[in-house]
Amino acid sequence: MRDVAVVSFAQSPPVRSDTIRNEVEILMPVVAEAIERSGIGRHDFGFTCSGSSDYLAGQPFAFVMALDAVGAWPPIAESHVEMDGAWALYEAWVRLQHGDIDSALVYAFGKSSLGDLRDVLTLQLDPYCVAPLWPDAVDLAALQARAGLDAGVFSERDMAAVAVRSRRDAAANPNAQLRDPLSLDDALSGAPTASPLRAHDCPPISDGAAAVVLAAGDLARRVCERPAWIRGIDHRIEPASLGARDLARSPSTALAARHAGLTAEAPPVEVAELHAPFSHQELILRDALALGEGVAVSPSGGALTANPVMATGLIRIGEAARRIIDGTVRRALAHATSGPCLQQNLVCVLEAG
Amino acid sequence: MTELVYGIKTPIRLDYIYVAGQASSRFLTAIAEGRIVGQRCPQCAKVYVPPRGSCPTCGVATGEEVPVADTGIVTTFCIVNIPFAGQAVRVPYVSASILLDGAGIPLFHLVQDIEAHDVRMGMRVRAVWLPPEERTPSMNSIRHFRPTGEPDAPYDAYREHL
Repeated sequence: MRDVAVVSFAQSPPVRSDTIRNEVEILMPVVAEAIERSGIGRHDFGFTCSGSSDYLAGQPFAFVMALDAVGAWPPIAESHVEMDGAWALYEAWVRLQHGDIDSALVYAFGKSSLGDLRDVLTLQLDPYCVAPLWPDAVDLAALQARAGLDAGVFSERDMAAVAVRSRRDAAANPNAQLRDPLSLDDALSGAPTASPLRAHDCPPISDGAAAVVLAAGDLARRVCERPAWIRGIDHRIEPASLGARDLARSPSTALAARHAGLTAEAPPVEVAELHAPFSHQELILRDALALGEGVAVSPSGGALTANPVMATGLIRIGEAARRIIDGTVRRALAHATSGPCLQQNLVCVLEAG
Repeated sequence: MTELVYGIKTPIRLDYIYVAGQASSRFLTAIAEGRIVGQRCPQCAKVYVPPRGSCPTCGVATGEEVPVADTGIVTTFCIVNIPFAGQAVRVPYVSASILLDGAGIPLFHLVQDIEAHDVRMGMRVRAVWLPPEERTPSMNSIRHFRPTGEPDAPYDAYREHL
């Protein structure tokens, strides 16, 4: 495998509803910042790849309009995934493995505020037997949380503890959206939103964007003092039918992690940025990843405190890489998810030096 | 044998409230006031009308607002002869790319008050606005463009915009 690293990362502070700026206007300064920090010329990228969903924008080919933020002239080599930007990064990483180009720009954006996110996400379900019943994203997450509670995998107290810690971490992150402190007692006494989920178990709705620059080999070493090298990256998917899955566990995460090099023999990661929009999902993921007590989980505050859908997963990779680039840690894990109830999962292991 | 299901109805309705963005908002506000504004790229100096807030060529923000005339040149056009549902104008009519004076890219609009077969490349045209009280933040505030009667612009004046 060719050595490829994250050399820069930028994100917009997410907001509940940006009623002033459109997607391009949100994205443009983020892309510009990531490019400038990378030290690579705007017109020197070998590949550009983005992740977004036209269902969020409510118009077809919205992702093409987003190219206005990039400066796609002379014509660029570009691709798009109708998925979280973490999968755009995966495509860019694969593209860099071809060996004929040395850098790639990856970006993701989403304005969930334009429509009703809970309903929009329903459209990713089986159109014959599930979607016509309109179970929304929170309903399904609640079903998953219930499965985990009933299986004895975690408790409501464990879930609340995730929310409390996330808020505490978010307070130190200017790019988090929910930054007010939360006590365990307050969390547990809250009324259920969709039982067993309470408000603190669910993510905020966010508008936002993120961008990452990947560079290979010598170019990465030249433009970045401490590149965050991608030592392993893999993604796995589970069946679309919710009934066919064990919702209380995440075998796709466990398998992706193994293929990404997160094994018992490998040195432990210091940080794990997990894409867990619901509190119980972090517990399922920690279990699947067999993370030890010493691992700092989602020190950014995670998806539970800022959730710009389609960018949230890419932000996990960016947050993990940032800590390697700034010298805080030497080995980090980033995880991204897609689909209902952690259906598809991507694991990326990043390392210094 | 069980009958195959060939179709089911599963009504879907999603409502969206779009955000035009800063650049489009300023453009549409000006249109409601009977003015046309563009934005200039700080790098390549091209004036975008309507502005989208960025230069898609350079990938930078286009902050500087530039007034643009409501007169210009027909760079190219087509004559629409086929009626379709929801058509606002009677066929045949002319859809045109119009390079406004002071603009760096042509915009799309109708050319009327002239026989369709008399429209030509290089023709000078002017916007026909709705009366001020009927104008809204919409391109429909310009009813169409009509010939000014000035001599045609030379080909070199618009060849780069074809």
